[in-house]
Amino acid sequence: MSSVDTLNIIQGDVKKRIDRWLARYPVDQKQSAVIPSLRIVQEVNGGHLTKEIMDQVAQYLEMTPISVYEVATFYSNFEHQPVGRHKICLCTNISCMLRGSDELLDYLKTKLDVDVGQVTEDGKFSIKKVECLGACVNAPMMQIDKTFYENLTEQRLDEILDSLE
Amino acid sequence: MVELNLCCYRNNHLDKSWDIDTYISQGGYQVWKQVLSGELTPQEIIDEVKVSNLRGRGGAGFPTGLKWSFMNRHSPGQKYIVCNSDESEPGTCKDRDIMRYNPHQLIEGMAIAGYVIGASVGYNYIRGEFWEPYDRFTRAIMQAREAGMLGNNILGSGWDFDLNTHQGAGAYICGEETALLESIEGKKGQPRFKPPFPASYGLYGKPTTINNTETLASIPMILAKGGDWFAKLGVPGAGGTKLFSMSGHLEKPANYEIPMGTPFKDLLSLAGGVWKGRELKAVIPGGSSTAVLPADKALAMNMDYDSIAKAGSFLGAGSVIVMDDQTDMVKSLERLTWFYYDESCGQCTPCREGTGWMYRVVKRIRQGKGRPEDIETLKDVSGKITGRVICGLGDAAAIPVASFLQHFEHEFRHYIDHGCSIFDRA
Repeated sequence: MSSVDTLNIIQGDVKKRIDRWLARYPVDQKQSAVIPSLRIVQEVNGGHLTKEIMDQVAQYLEMTPISVYEVATFYSNFEHQPVGRHKICLCTNISCMLRGSDELLDYLKTKLDVDVGQVTEDGKFSIKKVECLGACVNAPMMQIDKTFYENLTEQRLDEILDSLE
Repeated sequence: MVELNLCCYRNNHLDKSWDIDTYISQGGYQVWKQVLSGELTPQEIIDEVKVSNLRGRGGAGFPTGLKWSFMNRHSPGQKYIVCNSDESEPGTCKDRDIMRYNPHQLIEGMAIAGYVIGASVGYNYIRGEFWEPYDRFTRAIMQAREAGMLGNNILGSGWDFDLNTHQGAGAYICGEETALLESIEGKKGQPRFKPPFPASYGLYGKPTTINNTETLASIPMILAKGGDWFAKLGVPGAGGTKLFSMSGHLEKPANYEIPMGTPFKDLLSLAGGVWKGRELKAVIPGGSSTAVLPADKALAMNMDYDSIAKAGSFLGAGSVIVMDDQTDMVKSLERLTWFYYDESCGQCTPCREGTGWMYRVVKRIRQGKGRPEDIETLKDVSGKITGRVICGLGDAAAIPVASFLQHFEHEFRHYIDHGCSIFDRA
């Protein structure tokens, strides 16, 4: 991610995307765009936030830095440590657990040789255990990047991970 | 035979059901046009919704017509209509399929609701992980704008309605309506103290009505076919069809839209029955925050508010979690207590501390390190959260603990006495 200027991240396309979100809210309510803004800069920064980046969001949205840190640490989609190029979010809540998500998590950890919260050596994958993602009728399930993968089996998990660049 | 998909999922089987052309071919936006032409007044709409006996589908079951009547349409200043598509209650995934397969019916419902309460701006709060529903819904908004169904001076009526999506970022608590408003305002999702209620002090401090996705998506059909039609689909006091997310140990887990009051037995059959030929052990009927019921009580109940309440639980969001006879109830409760501990917003001490206590005690029981007094401790802690917190999350965390102990205490005792589950040979 060396191409990203983390000291001046809100420019060009990033700025345009944030401005499109700002247009959805009253002009005096810029703070409403903080979640989408953090999501955009996190994505551009390779999947996690840093203090420098959060400070720029604060400045752009005319918020105090602490208000941005509060949001960035309250919501589970935001990361503060590096993650893999593909963040594997495996649901282990009740409906998925009843259909084998614990066994699937063990399989995944062994297959990738990393624990929850760690990144594979090649930087390709990281594993995150998540709460219910709202696809309970197709359990067990996981989210990788923006896609839900449902009705998982070990074989299907292999195929999905193989298909990702 | 149970008749399926009469309201919110009525178009889901059609090719490209999410496109505006498909929706219009099924009579879509006709009601909105009638409303804009003045054929249906706001008061007539509220009356019709009251006749329908539609109760809020997000979990609380509050009568929708009554909620709308709390708003003064003619009060000056901005008002908002907000749709709660945060859908994060474990076991719940019904609204996802409305947004994926029938998004225009939700848009039409939101537009009508906005008109009734005098709100010219609406937001649909979609949980952050729901990218496919978000993309479908956002695209549907663009189509509706292009077709002149949203925007300024819609169809020459003089009425403006601007609709936008807002994305969450992973927080169960944002399904609580005032936490959701805080989240749209760009803050941590911590519930507000009430009163004031959103109808007087809502989004940006303005009068706001918040309804669930399924509730709003039901509105166009209620007005097209009549409140009486909807009421008669259901039972006295709770009209219509209801979406049920059937998850867990089932042969055919899926979302099913069936008339309110359908026997649980029939719903279980629709979902193919308990998987692997096993017996039913327990059912959580309305999502993880509702009380677990043993098989005999579940098999005798019907899927409506009163019948499930008589059985000892709650219809909630219609999220039915089915457990077979080999389910370890201690392990299941451990998962649920972890969830509430993880998701407590930390604002109220009884919830922030109590959820942690409950999780740690259940965990040590499951690890075979339980103490004889642990069951009493759990009952004590869960009893001390309920009613002592700002929002429903604390109660929601206490209910599973109390109900698992009520019906399956012997499994917890077995762990404490033998250091293992009833399925293990000690």
